[in-house]
Amino acid sequence: MDEMEFKVATFKGGVHPSGDGKNLSSGAAVQTAPLQSEYRVIIPQNIGAPPKVIVTPGQLVKKGEKIAEPGGFVSVPLHAPTSGKVEALEDVPGPMGVSVPAVRISADGEDAWGELPPPMDWKTAAPDELKKRIADSGIVGMGGAAFPTHVKLSPPPDKKIDYLILNGAECEPYLTADHRLMLEDPESVLAGAAICGRILGVKNIYIGVEVNKTDAIQALLAKAGAYGVQIVGLKVRYPQGAEKQLIYAITRRKVPAGGLPMDAGCVVQNVGTAAACAAAVLRGEPLIERITTVTGEAIRHPGNWRFRLGTPVRTAIELAGGVTCEPGKAILGGPMMGFAQKSFDVTIMKNTSGILLLPPEMVRQYESTGCIRCGRCLSACAMNLNPGALATAIESEKFDIAANNHLMDCIECGSCAYICPAHRPLVQHFRRGKAEIRKRAKKN
Amino acid sequence: MSEETIKSELQMPKGDELVLSSSPHVRTKESVPAIMGKVMLALVPAVVAGILFFGMDAVRVIVYCIVFCVGAEALWCKLAKKPVWGTIRDCSAALTGLLLALNLSAGVPFYVCLIGAFLAIWLGKQVYGGLGHNPFNPALVARVGLLIALPAAMTTWVPTGKMGVTNAEYAKGFYNQNEWQQLEAGAEPDALTCATPLGIVKTTPKVLGNTPEAQNNYAAVDNPTMLREYFLGNRGGCLGETSGLALLIGAVMLICWRLINWRVPLCYVGTVALFTGIVHYFMPGVTPTPLFHVLTGGLLLGAIFMATDMVTSPMTCAGCVVFAIGCGIITSVIRIWGNYPEGVSFSILFMNALVPLIDRWCVKRPFGYIRKRG
Repeated sequence: MDEMEFKVATFKGGVHPSGDGKNLSSGAAVQTAPLQSEYRVIIPQNIGAPPKVIVTPGQLVKKGEKIAEPGGFVSVPLHAPTSGKVEALEDVPGPMGVSVPAVRISADGEDAWGELPPPMDWKTAAPDELKKRIADSGIVGMGGAAFPTHVKLSPPPDKKIDYLILNGAECEPYLTADHRLMLEDPESVLAGAAICGRILGVKNIYIGVEVNKTDAIQALLAKAGAYGVQIVGLKVRYPQGAEKQLIYAITRRKVPAGGLPMDAGCVVQNVGTAAACAAAVLRGEPLIERITTVTGEAIRHPGNWRFRLGTPVRTAIELAGGVTCEPGKAILGGPMMGFAQKSFDVTIMKNTSGILLLPPEMVRQYESTGCIRCGRCLSACAMNLNPGALATAIESEKFDIAANNHLMDCIECGSCAYICPAHRPLVQHFRRGKAEIRKRAKKN
Repeated sequence: MSEETIKSELQMPKGDELVLSSSPHVRTKESVPAIMGKVMLALVPAVVAGILFFGMDAVRVIVYCIVFCVGAEALWCKLAKKPVWGTIRDCSAALTGLLLALNLSAGVPFYVCLIGAFLAIWLGKQVYGGLGHNPFNPALVARVGLLIALPAAMTTWVPTGKMGVTNAEYAKGFYNQNEWQQLEAGAEPDALTCATPLGIVKTTPKVLGNTPEAQNNYAAVDNPTMLREYFLGNRGGCLGETSGLALLIGAVMLICWRLINWRVPLCYVGTVALFTGIVHYFMPGVTPTPLFHVLTGGLLLGAIFMATDMVTSPMTCAGCVVFAIGCGIITSVIRIWGNYPEGVSFSILFMNALVPLIDRWCVKRPFGYIRKRG
């Protein structure tokens, strides 16, 4: 198929960050990171209850062996990234700046799989069996949210699901991990889509991909028919991959305010998550590795690697040839919604889509000035809010006004703060305002 | 290359300069000074036209206004113990000064510029808390303040250098008749003054009905030859408002740079054209043609540069349309039935006052909310 035969879908609002940095790593094929001597697997990696560790120091584990049990329904197990010995349960630097518990495993170099569950034929297996396999494999949303996938695949019976949408938008600047995955392994993505579709009993399965990834779209299109999956081209616009915006772009349905995608009859999964589901079902492999983009102007050889969970960021930087200058900022995730880090000892987790090192000249500390009411934030807001007015209300501690003006609907995509010529720290204000409103709601 | 050499060349980050801050970690390159600077760039054609038509007088007024405005801003910051340079750097005072100059006659003495600068910066902006907090367009506050305080100085218009004392078209109506007689007699009057097209319209007695006499009521100032001259800028008026051509070039720049909402100038000018067009159609002796209204007075300057001021105009598209239509109606009403020949400044200031209300009415419905019926 030479010509794009579909229309390009999109949403209202958003921004188009100039110089999106994707060209740094989009041409680099995914490499497999060499086996490390040691991995530190962070325990709380998922939204919901943290898993409960079931190994003790000194215990020998095989690759893929369960090292932590789910801590509840909204939780997932963790698996050993390689075979070796559990050295310690210790606190390590976490991605949010506070220490988090982790399991330290020293590799024995064998990298030997433990006993894996048998491969399944997804076309004939019972949907509940498939779902159980996904839950047992520790799969969470790998786009960033880290929400347990099996929970998303268990909508309450009164919610009729009409659409399964795979998010291949990858609208965050710099990140190319999903792009390379779709390009290099489209069948895993498509099989994962079909598996999730079977679990949900959904016939309308779409993969949305921004049209700056034409090669990935072609790769998916070539195989999509066999899996009953449709590919939708999306306009290159941030935050095209935000759940509600993606649903609107593809189905024209609006998720009601305060609601979940299932309230609009939709389930959204990241393409990386789908590929992990395929690995779990077709090969019995639990989620112990992921593709992560290591990039940024400060990285010598930006690229995409398949890392085991628990690989330190420092190792990832080493594999990418080190740095060209002392970085001014290290970010886990993309530049729009990622988290700034103070240490390279943080390890790669299930939702680490990117490691981004920016040179100091790109890390200007902006001094914010007064709002000049230019209205750019209003047109950028994907949720149709008035970010400037909300921030002003929060600045003057008028949280009830902020709440009445739908602060809680903000998705913190950062488009408003990106576009603000007065460099107001809008998203920071919103986080503060939301926290305050939640605190007050709890009190009453 | 052996592995050893690769290892030794590998530069690893120390991580001691890492900045921790909230997302987003990248920002647009656009900034407030850049916006102000671009608006000033878009005013360059109007400035050039003003200098072409009014000569060194225009340069003098522009320099005075900018210097006095920046000075007034610096003085206020000094007195209010605010960082002086930090405020000057946003370029908004310089832009206000330039806009003020473009809203004055080229013939005003320096003290008009000085008073205007203080009116604009102090009364128009800083008393409200500075840039972004002022409800009214500072340059227009100054212009209207001056118009009320110093009506004579503010309505003494000078002829353009291109009118020519022998241009019979202009001789008919525009020049002060005494001065004109002196000129014809070969004498050099101290200063030449001339009327604006709207001023002549205002002093022409209205003729009711749709008679041939009514249709010819404004023929002297409203004919194709004169309209062409108006469009180019060869007419009496404020030094920056005369050339429609230069202002339209500025409008294209502003719209291409996404600095103004195109709906504002379009709806403003469109409303004036429609309103005056309807009145003219039924009563041609009461007001001239819509094209005359569009090309004369300060309408284009106001619609393109003053009503689009970010601080004092609504933030939503719907709000901008309401605002612009309101400006257009008030401008037309003042021009046709008011005491003043021109109503652009008043209409924009009046609508400025309504902006908080308009912003309240024209909120966008947040994503995911269902329209309430009834």
